[in-house]
Amino acid sequence: MHVPYKRLGGLGRVLGGLVWALAGLLLGGCGDQPWNSPYPPKQAGKNILYSSFSARPKHLDPAQSYSSNEVVFTGQIYEPPLQYHFLRRPYELEALTATRVPEPYYLDAKGRRLEAGAPDDAIAFSVYDIEIRPGIRYQPHPAFARDGQGRFVYHALDEDDLEDIDTLSDFPLTGSRELVAADYVYEIKRLAHPHLHSPIFGLMADYIVGLKAYATTLRQAWDEQEKQGARPVVLKLSDFPLQGARVLDRYRYRVTVRGKYPQFRYWLAMPFFAPVPWEADVFYSQPGMKERNITLDWYPVGTGPYMLTVNNPNRQMVLERNPNFRGERYPDAGEAGDREAGFLDDAGREMPFIDKVIYSLEKEAIPTWNKFLQGYYDASGVSSDSFDQAIQVGSSGSISLTPELRERGIHLNTAVATSIYYMGFNMLDPVVGGDSERARLLRRAISIAMDYEEFISIFANGRGIPAQGPLPPGIFGHREGREGVNPYIYTWGARGPQRKPIEEARRLMAKAGYPDGRDIETGKPLVLYLDATGGGPDDSARQNWIRKQFAKLDIQLQIRNTDYNRFQDKMLKGTAQIFQWGWNADYPDPENFLFLLYGKNAKFRHNGENAANYSNPEYDRLFEQMKNMENGPRRQQIIDRMIDILRRDAPWVFGFHPKQFVLYHDWYYNAKPNLMANNTLKYKRLDPLLREQKRREWNRPIVWPLGLMALLLVAMIVPAVVAYRRHENRRMLVEAD
Amino acid sequence: MIKPVILWTDALVFLLVGIVVVFAFYARRHEHLRAPWREVVRGRIAVASLVVLAFYTLTGLLDSVHYRKALPMQDGQVEVQYGGEVFSLLDALLGDVGSQVEKTYSAPFAYTLYTRETVVDENGVQKRIFPRLKYGGAHLDDPATQRGADIAARSLAALWQALAFMLVLTLLLSLWLAGRWRLSPARALRRLLRGDSDVPWRTALFTIFLFALLAALIVNLASAWHVLGTDKVGKDVLYQTLKSVRTGLVIGTLTTLIMLPFAVTLGMMAGYFRGWVDDVIQYLYTTLNSIPGVLLIAASVLMMQVYMDTHPELFETMAERADLRLLFLCLILGITSWTGLCRLLRGETLKLRELDYVQAANAFGVARRVILVRHLLPNLMHLVLIAVVIDFSGLVLAEAVLSYVGVGVDPTTMSWGNMINRARLEMAREPMVWWSLLAAFSFMFTLVLAANLFSDAVRDAFDPRLRR
Amino acid sequence: MLAYIARRLLYAVPILIGVNLITFVLFFVVNSPDDVARMHLGMKHVTPEAIEKWKEEHGYDQPLLYNADEQGVAKLTDTIFFEKSVKLFAFDFGSSDAGRDIGDDISQRMWPSLAIAVPTLLLGLLVHISFAMLLAFFRGTYLDLSGVVLTVILMSISGLFYIIGGQYLFSKVLHLVPISGYEPGWQAWRFVLLPVLIGVFSGLGSSGRWYRTIFLEEIGRDYVRTARAKGVPELKLLFTHVLQNAMVPILTGVVAVLPLLFMGSLIMESFFGIPGLGSYTIEAIQTQDFAIVRAMVFLGSVLYIIGLLLTDLSYTLVDPRIRLS
Repeated sequence: MHVPYKRLGGLGRVLGGLVWALAGLLLGGCGDQPWNSPYPPKQAGKNILYSSFSARPKHLDPAQSYSSNEVVFTGQIYEPPLQYHFLRRPYELEALTATRVPEPYYLDAKGRRLEAGAPDDAIAFSVYDIEIRPGIRYQPHPAFARDGQGRFVYHALDEDDLEDIDTLSDFPLTGSRELVAADYVYEIKRLAHPHLHSPIFGLMADYIVGLKAYATTLRQAWDEQEKQGARPVVLKLSDFPLQGARVLDRYRYRVTVRGKYPQFRYWLAMPFFAPVPWEADVFYSQPGMKERNITLDWYPVGTGPYMLTVNNPNRQMVLERNPNFRGERYPDAGEAGDREAGFLDDAGREMPFIDKVIYSLEKEAIPTWNKFLQGYYDASGVSSDSFDQAIQVGSSGSISLTPELRERGIHLNTAVATSIYYMGFNMLDPVVGGDSERARLLRRAISIAMDYEEFISIFANGRGIPAQGPLPPGIFGHREGREGVNPYIYTWGARGPQRKPIEEARRLMAKAGYPDGRDIETGKPLVLYLDATGGGPDDSARQNWIRKQFAKLDIQLQIRNTDYNRFQDKMLKGTAQIFQWGWNADYPDPENFLFLLYGKNAKFRHNGENAANYSNPEYDRLFEQMKNMENGPRRQQIIDRMIDILRRDAPWVFGFHPKQFVLYHDWYYNAKPNLMANNTLKYKRLDPLLREQKRREWNRPIVWPLGLMALLLVAMIVPAVVAYRRHENRRMLVEAD
Repeated sequence: MIKPVILWTDALVFLLVGIVVVFAFYARRHEHLRAPWREVVRGRIAVASLVVLAFYTLTGLLDSVHYRKALPMQDGQVEVQYGGEVFSLLDALLGDVGSQVEKTYSAPFAYTLYTRETVVDENGVQKRIFPRLKYGGAHLDDPATQRGADIAARSLAALWQALAFMLVLTLLLSLWLAGRWRLSPARALRRLLRGDSDVPWRTALFTIFLFALLAALIVNLASAWHVLGTDKVGKDVLYQTLKSVRTGLVIGTLTTLIMLPFAVTLGMMAGYFRGWVDDVIQYLYTTLNSIPGVLLIAASVLMMQVYMDTHPELFETMAERADLRLLFLCLILGITSWTGLCRLLRGETLKLRELDYVQAANAFGVARRVILVRHLLPNLMHLVLIAVVIDFSGLVLAEAVLSYVGVGVDPTTMSWGNMINRARLEMAREPMVWWSLLAAFSFMFTLVLAANLFSDAVRDAFDPRLRR
Repeated sequence: MLAYIARRLLYAVPILIGVNLITFVLFFVVNSPDDVARMHLGMKHVTPEAIEKWKEEHGYDQPLLYNADEQGVAKLTDTIFFEKSVKLFAFDFGSSDAGRDIGDDISQRMWPSLAIAVPTLLLGLLVHISFAMLLAFFRGTYLDLSGVVLTVILMSISGLFYIIGGQYLFSKVLHLVPISGYEPGWQAWRFVLLPVLIGVFSGLGSSGRWYRTIFLEEIGRDYVRTARAKGVPELKLLFTHVLQNAMVPILTGVVAVLPLLFMGSLIMESFFGIPGLGSYTIEAIQTQDFAIVRAMVFLGSVLYIIGLLLTDLSYTLVDPRIRLS
């Protein structure tokens, strides 16, 4: 009868043994690295930057990629002709592969060159001649590989040749070649490619001469080749000339733009206008490539400082130094204060500094943040609630780190983003919209009641500034201080702008015919609708907060939650009433914000970005005038007038401009935030030895609780064993009776 | 002037209550149903959990009687207009707790906010302080010193109220028992307090006392303090937790109610009849189970929203919209969640139908319906009950996961799932905000625990073999 | 028996068609082809022409289910549904609407999912059954009661908090294992350890309680009493007689999920940064990639059908009295 007891005792020993074996395995398995290091030991002490991504990038093809999470990669790989200066503010363009920032000259409708200073309405075309530097070379890539006779090795492959190929690195041979102006023209032509669906094609077709017709030409050519049975269909774009983008010689090309469009230069700093070698298109379009996920969308080819070597969007993406990179020097001048902040310590040194960047997939904010604190990520730019741990909002909104983090050597940089979050009124709505005084007063009353100062402190942890108009700071036209204040919503007090008291808003409501939130004639309570998407945990708090703000005016706000498609649909049909939206600047020019309220840009009917469907003839006239002007006092004057109209009509509750935060460790240098540039990786520098030391210091494993748990387990099992033994004994006794 | 509002779930909840009452009357008349229930109420744990469940149900029911308040008449107004906010009896009982909204987080029994703010004092100097709350402890001049005394005084008052209530209740009960036991009231009372009765009245009274005390504490304290703190937008957490009781009960019961008939009938039929019946039923649940629930919920919620958007006149208030979404969620969850239990019952029936007594009944030509109900169902009841209880708690929890994916209850509906999901972010704050989680967790836990213990007792009572 | 299997497999065809059809309808109730096109083209500057072009190219320019313009069979075959579903039956998943090959993605992502799911299941079965046996053995005592309370407590905690709590304790405070991440090959064990432990622990509540009920049911039966009267030691009784007879409900729960294991767990994988299949379907629903949704639902139902068949077969193995006809 004692057999089971022994067995139980054995079980206890097995469990105890397991715990020790586990501990042993942990000790043995990790070498002298911290146990909780998520990286293999062989990476210790290397000059590798660790970062994360939360969603797989959809496109890495420069003609298609537009999202901010894609630009993180494309910005380092592709080199458009221009870039933003890393340190200077306000944002300033400088040459990247070009020899200088191109100055356009103008033609009239007959193609005659106009003198500088010609009136705007005489200008029919702007011509940009861009000259690139010689000697720039592409990253090593199999598409360029040639054999002894100079023939391309991998341009005529069939399915069988790809038998052993899973990723791009499985091709043994690579090659390179010099960057030429034709590659830039090639990419501009790709914008019109019938199967690439470039997101900016619609916009560029309005500007680049002949691009719209070019798309039709390519489409016909494609269909024809397909009919003739060509597999795969490859369009040789050099056979199809495009009037608006032409090669002048090996290093120069010319882009002709309709009318005067000074903003075009900003586009030249985006990956849409980066070079693409024709070899890549030929290489990737071979049969069998797509089935292996080997496409330009997943393996970009560029001239930039880094190249993508591992692309496993389910786990990890790796950028490595491009061995053919021509070298670029760190800028030696910046804005005031940069030298003190250490941003000029590397001035004149050759970039890039970091050898390799490993991006790991992280879906949840909490683990990402904790790994940053343990030193396994070098910088953290995630905006999450975790920032509460890190940041103290000091008096007058200044922001600093908590002592705990400062002790760890973590630093913080902030910058106001060139974005705006706003609450829009649908101007086609009979209640809140329209040009009537009643609706205008109602909108203004709501603008006062929506206390964005509170919103920022509750939901953004102080990371933002309330907007006084559509233009964020750092954009030409934005005014600081007293003259920048929205007089309908704010008064200027001793401590800056003060939101008007809620009584003022209630007075406006009464004036509009809604005393105490009820229609003065019928006595019906005023019910408004907020069209919203989402149902996340923070959404519900946010919606409750908004209802609270409307309740201050006794307005009942009903929230019509729906999915994004339906929301889009409502916006397109103009049936929404109140909505929240945001805008992130494409380029630092006021036109990129003010066009959001331009009448001809309305969402309804015109399918534009003016979601409020606001239309004011005076504003539209001023916008057309302002659009193409050079920055200067005259432009400022017009912008002031436009913003004044907006403030009076209040088609938006100007919400707030979010602030971007970067937290980084002691071993991470040159972390100045630059919200326009997307190729900032090359400026960053690391001290891997310091990092190694800190990581070890912070992550010493604590083992004793494991022992405690084992003890506890034993303590739980022993009474059971005793009880069982007693039970069996008793039964034996009973049986003996 | 008030205008009653009957939401869809209200109607269903009361229908459910009606069914239970009818069943209770039916069971009273039939000894074979009555006996096991009598057995149930003899266990102390069962009685205690029954009381707990009763209190939850009461809260839920109070919160299911909805009405709208009329707005004051204006000059020249003909028709009476009603406010857009829907109240329930529970709101009326709780008084102003629901409308006492602070700016943002505050801890339980706090008199200041949980975060610092910059203020300018009368000398024009900026200071970083924890500002006083608008409602929590606002009646005190110097809360730092008076808080303890105030809370003690209110708690004491609550204690007296609860004791007085219990005194009355005990006396009434002993009078009633005296009639039944044919004893004098004094002796009945003595016997009651000794715990010398078949039904553990003493335990019941004690549990009732605990809840009465809780209720009295809430009524006394909640008007002056945020007993469980406030959430991100300053709403009282206790109020939210109480309002969530109804949501939890509705999701748990309605869903179970929808799923149970499907699961039991289909599962038993598949297992017993086999052949083509089995095939059809298997087809049904395999198909249903293979479709991602998220897609199903998203699609139906969307169809409902489209309906609401095209018929705005039917939904005058937020509450009605949110309620319909809740109902749809129950429906979909019910439709998708019967498959698990159904499969289980099918498997078990496959086994049982080969047993001797079933085969014998078959051989004697007993009607198949009778075999199913009389011979098979009782032997499956333990599985059904335990699955129902596990599902009930699972459903209350599942709501949180659904919110995580973005297809849960309406964000404006107060529910434990929403609270827990929010707490995910609050836990990452420093200093941690723990009270939302604690409140939702302890209320949910009590409910789930009581349901579990009660179902255990019921199972024991109905299991013929385990009868002591 | 063989006939039964053959029949079941044959039935799979209508099931798959049904599942496919319902998924298709549900998906396009939520997202019209226009929405899908807009989503894939990005949100800024999308023109109606681009949407038309995208639809044409990806085969979304036909009617959804019924083509009134065509003749005869083409009324049903010249539709999005038909065109998109036929290839699935040859397990050719094609490429996602975003352009990646789905089969390739699935074969990459299933391994991490399995690395977590299989150990969790096995270890979980061992721990949960032992725990339930312990409770069943001490049935009616305070140990049992406290065990039930424990299971209920464990059940009442949202799964999210086991994860957050586990990460906090073992990774953040004790520095024992990485918080999140993954590495293929043997080094994966460091990343898998914590999710597996948490998975086992979080399942202890409902499984332990479930198994306890089943065991108690069996313990009450006559054969157990007889065996006990004969002097069979209690432990042997529990682990042989009772366990064997309780196998049917246990298998119902376990075998059916075996093939589904590789579909992974959404929340676990998101929090631990495991590149598994758990979030593949949800992500696809959110990014409106119908090709992936369809492929995953199809695969899921095939596996599920296999699981059900296995369950039925396992019934006959553990209980010879069960006959399948």
